[in-house]
Amino acid sequence: MPKIRVMPTLLFKDVGLVKGVAFDSWRRVGSAMQAVKVYNMREVDELVYLDITATNDGRPPDFETVDDLADECFMPLTVGGGVRTVEHVRRLLKVGADKVAINSAAVEHPALIREIADRFGSQCVVVSIDARRRSDGTYESYTHSGRRPAGRSPAVLAKDAQAMGAGEVLLTSIDRDGTMQGYDVELTRLVSDAVSIPVIASGGAGTYAQHGGRGRTPALLARDARRVPGSARAGSRL
Amino acid sequence: MKRVAVVDYGMGNLDSVARAIEECGGRPIVTDRAEDIESATHIVLPGVGAFGDGIRNVRQRGLDQILREQAVVGGIPFLGICLGMQMLATRGHEGGVTEGLGWIDGEVRRLEPTGQDSRVPHIGWNEVALTRPSTLFTGVDSGHDFYFVHSYHLVCHDKEDVLAVTPHCGGFVSAIARGRIFGVQFHPEKSQRLGFQVLRNFLAL
Repeated sequence: MPKIRVMPTLLFKDVGLVKGVAFDSWRRVGSAMQAVKVYNMREVDELVYLDITATNDGRPPDFETVDDLADECFMPLTVGGGVRTVEHVRRLLKVGADKVAINSAAVEHPALIREIADRFGSQCVVVSIDARRRSDGTYESYTHSGRRPAGRSPAVLAKDAQAMGAGEVLLTSIDRDGTMQGYDVELTRLVSDAVSIPVIASGGAGTYAQHGGRGRTPALLARDARRVPGSARAGSRL
Repeated sequence: MKRVAVVDYGMGNLDSVARAIEECGGRPIVTDRAEDIESATHIVLPGVGAFGDGIRNVRQRGLDQILREQAVVGGIPFLGICLGMQMLATRGHEGGVTEGLGWIDGEVRRLEPTGQDSRVPHIGWNEVALTRPSTLFTGVDSGHDFYFVHSYHLVCHDKEDVLAVTPHCGGFVSAIARGRIFGVQFHPEKSQRLGFQVLRNFLAL
């Protein structure tokens, strides 16, 4: 089986990178280009770049910025935020993205997944699912940066996405985001067991140990990797 | 300076490959023009996407003849990456059966999961175990990780063509060589330091 991948996520908001807690309380953490250069030097396994306000602002992806970042990025780059059409995907891949993440559009127009997979291959379609735990212990999926409930469980959404041709699922626990308290293992297992495509766990990365325990999660995504000594590359060797 | 024709047949992330070649000291030309390919010192056939579409695009542009003349007949060093390697096979079984370029005796078939741990597509870093020494892997020890993203793999009929294998879905061929024709299933352009070492080795041919 492939090695566990550790992927820092760069969250872009307005003018620069941010970090938050539970998709809120954003604070600025610097420029995207600087972060890409640092991660390139540290040989992280992959990078994920998400423009978290594009969909809510009704903006398309910022192709020029992605073009600049991709030129410095010698590891796989996934780009998300505001991707709503096949043309958006074509342009992102052309400027150097390897994969495209879709979240809100995947819920509103699931056929888009099929269109992208048919045209560019399943391997470049990452369906991003943001999930929050309900008080009864079940999970609800959200779109629009955690603002709108999708009315479907993350496992169902992931299964549907796989049927439409998605190549990977990027699964983020809104509750754990930015808390560094560890991944939501239960959520990850629910989704991972529902599909046969790779699932990337995101939200809650805090310590080196949380990346271990040879579970079924083939990939982990560390929004806080910069604060976890040794996690950037070492985690991928577990 | 090595002039590297990065063959453009309308598919795949050509920019990444060109940027990596540049970083490795080569001069990439992203092109589908015969004169560029004929004047190149090295040819790279990249590619991400479906086998049938890839072959159709290559044929429509008349690239199959030009590439054969340069690489198979002329002996210009050639590197196929991912779909670019798979298209060298006799035929592919992705969405129906399609005749390949036929340089390498083999078939391209879908990876079959052998359990929960062998997810398809195969995405991520995995071992490349060398089955014999090759200049393409000079300075790269057997068993190091490279970056993969694919759902299909090349089944070689002639074991002599196999250069490396990777343990996923029961094991598949991750690098091939016949003379100066090379193919890798992984993405050297996205495999950082060791990927660049493979590209440098290729450019040194």
